[in-house]
Amino acid sequence: MTFKRVAAASVAALMVASPVMADLVFPSLSYRTGPFAAGGIPYADGFADYMTLLNERDGGVGGVKLQVPECETAYNTEKGVECYEATKGEGALAYNPLSTGITYQLIPKATADDIPLYTPGYGRTSAANGNVFSHVFNFPANYWNGASAAVNHLLDLNGGDLKGKKVILLHFNGAYGKEPIPTLTALGEKHGFEFSTIPVDYPGQEQKSQWLQIRREKPDYVLFWGWGVMNQVAVQEAANIRFPMENFIGVWWSGAEHDVEPAGAAANGYKAVAFHGVGHDYPVFDDINKYVVDAGKAAGDGSNVGTVIYNRGVYAAMMLAEAAKKAQEIHGVKDITSGQMRDGLEQLEITNARMAELGMEGFGPEFKVSCANHGGPGTAAISQWDATAGKWSLISDFGPSDMDVIQPLITADSEAYAAENKIEPQCK
Amino acid sequence: MSEQLLFAAEVTLNGLMAGVLYALVALGFVLIFKASGIFNYAQGVMALFAAMTLVGVQQGQIPFSHLINAIFGTEIHHFPWHVPSIIAIIAAAGVMVGFAWIVERYILKHLVGQPDIILFMATIGLAYFMEGFGDLMWGSELKTLDVGLPQGLNETVLDATDKLFGYGFFLDNLDIVATLIAALLVAALTIFSQYSKQGRALRAVADDHSAALSVGISLRFIWVLVWSIAGFVALVAGIMWGAKSGVQFSLSLIALKALPVLMLGGFTSIPGAIIGGLIIGVGEQLFEFAIGPLIGGATQNWFAYVLALIFLVFRPQGLFGEKIIERV
Repeated sequence: MTFKRVAAASVAALMVASPVMADLVFPSLSYRTGPFAAGGIPYADGFADYMTLLNERDGGVGGVKLQVPECETAYNTEKGVECYEATKGEGALAYNPLSTGITYQLIPKATADDIPLYTPGYGRTSAANGNVFSHVFNFPANYWNGASAAVNHLLDLNGGDLKGKKVILLHFNGAYGKEPIPTLTALGEKHGFEFSTIPVDYPGQEQKSQWLQIRREKPDYVLFWGWGVMNQVAVQEAANIRFPMENFIGVWWSGAEHDVEPAGAAANGYKAVAFHGVGHDYPVFDDINKYVVDAGKAAGDGSNVGTVIYNRGVYAAMMLAEAAKKAQEIHGVKDITSGQMRDGLEQLEITNARMAELGMEGFGPEFKVSCANHGGPGTAAISQWDATAGKWSLISDFGPSDMDVIQPLITADSEAYAAENKIEPQCK
Repeated sequence: MSEQLLFAAEVTLNGLMAGVLYALVALGFVLIFKASGIFNYAQGVMALFAAMTLVGVQQGQIPFSHLINAIFGTEIHHFPWHVPSIIAIIAAAGVMVGFAWIVERYILKHLVGQPDIILFMATIGLAYFMEGFGDLMWGSELKTLDVGLPQGLNETVLDATDKLFGYGFFLDNLDIVATLIAALLVAALTIFSQYSKQGRALRAVADDHSAALSVGISLRFIWVLVWSIAGFVALVAGIMWGAKSGVQFSLSLIALKALPVLMLGGFTSIPGAIIGGLIIGVGEQLFEFAIGPLIGGATQNWFAYVLALIFLVFRPQGLFGEKIIERV
């Protein structure tokens, strides 16, 4: 009798402790600690809160609940890979590693494990070529689209002519920061602007010499690829040397509230490229507040709802949930596998009508993913910080990037990868 | 004066200012090393923790609110008040004194007589503990630090140099304030260690623990005292660096900037920390200015260590460090 009780209790405990295999599992490789926590926290909150919203409001996706087990990476590549190995056995359908370094390490592993990676706005840019990178998706925009969007904005400001203008890229001295250099070099040659780079070493707490150099060289524009403390210091130093903030444009990882707030009023006018909507004037956030925050089920304290990076987490979660729904439709099953999830991502179609249904009308572009194009439309907008109102606003529509310049770069880089790794084209 | 020479002069001036900020961090290391022979790995995290505490108190944040809310299902985050900066600074300094007492009571006391490497390892553990404890207490989000310090281009220097040379030098107001505060701090520490009873006791402990104990000096009191002073120095460094970048984890990494300063200036000399900071500050900025663009830039981090190593070849004990001769 006692043995039966113990056995029954053990089985019950196991059922409670183990993940329910029928759930849709999307591990969150988050970083709530370490040097990049300021950005990692709102992203992880947004990602988790959107999944919680679907569970609470809709009963999951196709009636199947979603699970978001978190694993702390502290933005450390080794820890990120450990997190992947530790969670993939829980029935993981896809990974959003939120780190270019971790993404590079996971590309061969995840491909071999038949688990897709979703890396919106980061990671390996040339993974947009689905013909080579079968399991990596980086729609709706990548770094090169971001660089092109920034240059397009400069063209708009200068009546389409950048000849003789001086543009400096201030960048993180690592893989992430160096990503836009080939694109900006090519765009500089195409549009006739003088392009140069100034690197900043990790962590970027001290940038005095870089900004003195900028002060001496008097560029017309400074483009910026930073992350972590480098962002706050750069905005402060730009203000210190009185560089015109409206001529200082960051990529989307350098354009959050916490990047500009420490500089106070001096940060007014600073711009950043955006690939999704900013602010909380979208119905989806009313639902998040109602079903998640007010119900005490939010991942954080709710104060991040509607902030730039939180919105990015929501956007990424929405894409994965929509892809899971598509996978269920394609394969006619509710409990999809990671391979089926990959198919869902590859056949995902986001329409304006669907965005409106989701309470996210105008939050991002409409597009269709294909076997060859895992990068989406590559559209981006420009946002600007209003220090008085304390908010970011989009000051342009989502516009196309210069694919005449970008596509050959994507093709060249991905084909080099394919040759090096002996990858056969996957698209028929 | 040629344009390049003017630029070099501006870079040198800013390098000196940056060096003062490095010296502020190095000072905390020197104090503890002098008094106890411990290389305090936790000094950077102490700066972070002190600054977090300052902002937390100033903004009326409830300590451990995340933990309280998670356990009791409450939704409390802030007290309904803001504390004036000066009171918040005093409160943060008080917390650092309490921290010093805890370190002595629960760590150092139990390690008296142990080899230096054991004490060093203990400070590594302390650093990681404080990192997590600080996050738990105040949260790991970025916090804006505003204690009313001036920031931005100094108009007087700009106008004066413009009239003199036809080129206005950039100098950050925050760096000027940091220099003044560092000068005050060093003067106060020098007077304290030379002329006060506790200061002399501190120097005696630094020379020989056992001998100091035998003449009735309380080693425990001295350790609490020196860790308190180092905590206060960490608070000042945290304020200066935090005013630039906000208070966040990266503040703890400023310790990396102090290491070459210590190697160069010596681990036991307060003037060494200052001179070392200035040499590193100027050296790395001038190298970046003159050579950086030719070799891809971003040279400051590694060049500081190269500079320190070059000095070490000629003076292994650092510029002002004590040459220790042990009889066998």
